[in-house]
Amino acid sequence: MTSTINSQGGGDLTPAVLIERILAGENHLFHDLIRPVERAVFVMLFMLLRNEVDSEDAAQETFIKIYRNLHNFRGESKFSTWVVSIARNEGLAWLRKRSSRPEEPIQPILDQDGEASTSDFTPALLTDWREVPLEALERKELGQCLCRAVLNLPPIYRDVVQLRDMDDLDIAETALVLGITQGSVKVRLHRARFMLQKELVPLLEKYAPAKRGFFGRRV
Amino acid sequence: MKIDCKHVWDHISAYIDGDVDHQLRAEIDRHLEHCEICSAVMDSTRNVVVLMADERVFEIPAGYSERLHHRLDAVLQARD
Repeated sequence: MTSTINSQGGGDLTPAVLIERILAGENHLFHDLIRPVERAVFVMLFMLLRNEVDSEDAAQETFIKIYRNLHNFRGESKFSTWVVSIARNEGLAWLRKRSSRPEEPIQPILDQDGEASTSDFTPALLTDWREVPLEALERKELGQCLCRAVLNLPPIYRDVVQLRDMDDLDIAETALVLGITQGSVKVRLHRARFMLQKELVPLLEKYAPAKRGFFGRRV
Repeated sequence: MKIDCKHVWDHISAYIDGDVDHQLRAEIDRHLEHCEICSAVMDSTRNVVVLMADERVFEIPAGYSERLHHRLDAVLQARD
């Protein structure tokens, strides 16, 4: 059950064909066009806004903007990449609005590459790893634990993990959405993955299948 | 050429993404065969990356999609 915004979703029509037909007047096809990306848009907005109600409102506004600006999509990037870029700009605009309201806490919109300490970029050292299978995610608290770890990353590292590892964008698409070089994406991703590995290794161990002992007993 | 642990760590993320050249991949593989620490670091990092890709990590609020399409219906109909 992996999440990818590059999958086509329902129907056989490609985004290019759907867009052409929507622009020719078949408005209802907009529903089919956005289904494969609606999850990624919500995730992007939640990562920025940290609030379900605001994220849902911002997602609706994002898709209305996308509909109204569909004629501006030139096909130079994938439709999904264009959508996620618009969602990110919408989320950043909400953050700026929020920071102009004194009653709401100001969140950092962008931070610097140097924010994390150097020790965060080395892995947790261990001598044995028992794989945690995907089925372990049936336990809700494991998903929550992973989600919390991503949310706690400094924003520049959270962005790359979200786009590359959760949304399955490639390096070039991630660079395009964030407006940074592919080299920066790779460096940030490398650091972010080690930060997550370090944080999660002690927590994940209990979700690994138990080892079999000499007489087949679980140890 | 023999590579050390630090050198392997520097390339773990790229290795997982299949973004290292043939020669470096072979050197890393040789190192992993005898270094249990780097093997465990590689396996645990890859495990985290695989788990993160699963939809169950991030739950979307119930009814999000229905509410979104309902709102869009109003916008689309206004354009008809």
